[in-house]
Amino acid sequence: MSYDLDLSTAWAFIIAFAVFAYVVMDGFDLGIGILFPTLKVGDERDAAMNSIAPVWDGNETWLVLGGGGLMAAFPNAYAIILPATYPLMIAMLLGLVFRGVAFEFRWRHAPHRALWDAAFTIGSVVATLAQGIALGAILQGISVRDDAYAGGWLDWLSPFTLLTGASLLVGYALLGACWLVWKTEGSGQTHARRMAFRLAIAMLLALAAVSAATPFLSYDYWRRWFAVPGVFVTAQVPVLVLVTAVLFFRSLGKGGERAPFLLALALFLLGFVGLGISIYPYIVPRSLTIWDAAAPASSQLFMLVGAVVIIPVILAYTGWAYWVFRGKVAADGYH
Amino acid sequence: MEHLDPVILARAQFAFTVSFHFIFPAFSIGLASYLLVLETLWLRTGRQLYLDLFRYWVKIFAVAFGMGVVSGIVMSYQFGTNWSVFSAKAGPVIGPIMAYEVLTAFFLEAGFLGVMLFGRRKVGPGLHLFATAMVALGTLISATWIVSANSWMHTPAGFAINAKGQFVPAGSWWPIIFNPSFPYRVVHTVIGAYLTTSLVVGAVGAWHLLRDTGNQHARKMFSMAMWMAALVAPLQIFAGDTQGLNTLEHQPAKIAAMEGHFDSHPHGAPLILFGIPDTAKRRMDYVVEVPKLSSLILKHDLNAPLTGLDAYPADRVPPVSILFWSFRIMVGLGFAMLGLGFWSLWARWRGRLFEDRWLQRAAILMGPSGFVAVLAGWVTTEVGRQPWTVYGHLLTAQSHSPLAAPAVAASLTAFVLVYFAAFGAGTWYILRLMAHAPHAGEPEPAAMPLRAAGITPAPAVDADGPKTEPDA
Ligand code: HDD
Ligand code: HEM
Ligand code: HEM
Repeated sequence: MSYDLDLSTAWAFIIAFAVFAYVVMDGFDLGIGILFPTLKVGDERDAAMNSIAPVWDGNETWLVLGGGGLMAAFPNAYAIILPATYPLMIAMLLGLVFRGVAFEFRWRHAPHRALWDAAFTIGSVVATLAQGIALGAILQGISVRDDAYAGGWLDWLSPFTLLTGASLLVGYALLGACWLVWKTEGSGQTHARRMAFRLAIAMLLALAAVSAATPFLSYDYWRRWFAVPGVFVTAQVPVLVLVTAVLFFRSLGKGGERAPFLLALALFLLGFVGLGISIYPYIVPRSLTIWDAAAPASSQLFMLVGAVVIIPVILAYTGWAYWVFRGKVAADGYH
Repeated sequence: MEHLDPVILARAQFAFTVSFHFIFPAFSIGLASYLLVLETLWLRTGRQLYLDLFRYWVKIFAVAFGMGVVSGIVMSYQFGTNWSVFSAKAGPVIGPIMAYEVLTAFFLEAGFLGVMLFGRRKVGPGLHLFATAMVALGTLISATWIVSANSWMHTPAGFAINAKGQFVPAGSWWPIIFNPSFPYRVVHTVIGAYLTTSLVVGAVGAWHLLRDTGNQHARKMFSMAMWMAALVAPLQIFAGDTQGLNTLEHQPAKIAAMEGHFDSHPHGAPLILFGIPDTAKRRMDYVVEVPKLSSLILKHDLNAPLTGLDAYPADRVPPVSILFWSFRIMVGLGFAMLGLGFWSLWARWRGRLFEDRWLQRAAILMGPSGFVAVLAGWVTTEVGRQPWTVYGHLLTAQSHSPLAAPAVAASLTAFVLVYFAAFGAGTWYILRLMAHAPHAGEPEPAAMPLRAAGITPAPAVDADGPKTEPDA
């Protein structure tokens, strides 16, 4: 049993890692899609597109690993969460189709460019909202009977989930703006810096609103965050958020280029840790722990061997790819 | 809406999305290998012609590959959204196989595609060739894993069923991955992809030859493609035949339906070339048949007995009409491809390969046939598995998600609209690229901004080297 337990915990961390890698990496390129209409047609847009074109597919592959890993390591959770968020998942996939093909298609035929730019934005917004709302739906609880989803097809819709959806939209846009601060120069950069400032304020408000609402969703979240002695640990999270936010505004104001992006990532990491505190060891909150949902040890072990060997290799060549495309980008490419 | 069955809708949605998805891999698997061949030839011979061809096709590859990626992401989530019971039960077996596909294939493809498209000047020829090889290898690894997962659903092996009713590995993973139909299926699928690609390349070459017989680039691609078709078409027929024998062993009802055998034939079964299946009356009308030939093909004995569909309960028989026709479409096209291959050999032998206008017209006509054959093959395979998802163990009717019909109907409609709009546009862009004649000094893809999926640099380099240095 303890063997089982260790494997499930390991897989919970691997999947959390994949999801986090996805959120921050696809987060900034979805964010650029969200901000796209605010960029000037022509050089600003082309430069923004060029800055993410080299990496978006690698970024999105983490989503496939998150989903595939969930199916393999926690099949019951996969089989409950996806039907419970069905319309959201379909919307997300269709959004990803539109924005994914737009990278390629917008260059293929000039008269169609405006159309694919619009598809890029709409796809990015839809995919982001769907992810944010789905996250809220998981937090607020899913009705489960006999290890299967037992609710209707619109159960996910509530004021709380709309709040999480809007929050993620703001968060991804913030990441996108910070990425542009890092990767572009001139008027585009100035514009991005202004956006980043406003979005950071909005993001902090959103974080506060979601944090304030979450503990009231169920008693359990309340206890996790506020009971003594746990509170001494959990209280560090908001403190760190404040510190990070102060550093962020300072570096943004002082003309920092890379630091704002990294600090925005830190904000996301803290939000993610907060989520982990709320949920762990549940995978479907209040219904299924990671052990309830776990695949047999033989399946988890078989994959773990591969994951431990291969993920570092993947990280190495992903890092290398980012390194190849380091530096500022312009409308006609990197320079 | 009450008459709409969510299971039928979910099946329609899966069939629609996976069929669309497979169109792109069927082309990109073959094209990635072709690009590897072209680049190797260029490095070996130093002939600019090969580099031009590489650049011509790599642009098309990028568009097709991008569409393969986005339609593939949809597939990996369809198991959970529409087949949640299947996922919960078969996840412990199918899931790890697909997770290995992500780890070993998808990241590899995404990681090296960029260098393959734009990195020549940045990494030097050796490393560039390596990148192309990695992308080609990635597509083959991907095909291997996913076909293994799919084959396991047809010929499940190496599993036990636990207390929760899940399929779990019984011990070693070897018998699961190398399940009985996997080797046949992966060979037939990959050769099918190669054949599909060679027919497309051949058609594009023929199209430009008809316009200008002297176009050296068109000559080269046409010649290469016709060699490929001539060599691979017979292999594919042979592979299909051995696979049929394997299927007879594991899924005899599927074979009976493909052959249109409603009745058992204790003394040698005829090969039905043509007929109209009447499923209600369980018989074939207007048959044209060759006596005993089916027994000869399947059992290598004229008088061997073959069981028909009458040996199975009515609710365990797959839909006969679809199988009967889809199988004939595939086999018919297979022989047409063989014919094209022989014709090209004959024309080549007579020294008229580039002059034979009718051969070129035929090659254009056959251009899309690989896609049709490949889809017909999958339809045969998958529809023939009905009524099971895990053959003999889990019924399709018990595999689907607890979803309301309107939800599935709405999503199916959305998929149809989005796919036709997005992939229709993509296909049109590909055809536009193909319509432009290959010529000397094909620009590096970078010169016309084009980035597909993958780690693709922005167009900082052109055919003559980097315009601007990467920041140092
Ligand atoms: C015989 C080959 C084959 C078959 C049967 C399938 N695929 Fe596929 N798939 C590929 C061959 C392939 C490929 C050649 O590897 C692709 C095409 C373009 C690409 O990027 O990789 C791909 C892409 C691709 C991607 C995107 C990868 C990325 O992000 O780079 C996903 C998630 C899937 N596929 C998933 C599936 C699923 C769940 C399937 C079954 C239902 C499936 N594929 C059938
Ligand atoms: C890419 C090529 C493939 C094509 C064209 C294809 C085609 C189809 C078709 C036409 C159906 C519907 C059958 C029916 O409802 O009568 C189907 C169903 C299905 N296929 Fe495939 N398939 C492919 C690959 C796969 C793979 C690789 C897997 C699994 C790893 C798979 C798993 C399934 C499942 C789960 C269903 C739904 C249940 C069912 O109806 O059997 N398919 N597929
Ligand atoms: C003329 C000779 C051919 C024969 C005898 C043949 C035989 C078969 C058989 C028996 C199956 C069903 C396997 C099952 O039971 O599940 C199959 C499937 C398939 N065929 Fe063919 N085939 C032929 C030609 C082709 C051609 C020309 C292509 C494509 C270019 C093709 C592509 C496929 C594909 C993609 C599948 C589904 C995957 C699989 O099960 O391997 N086949 N073929």
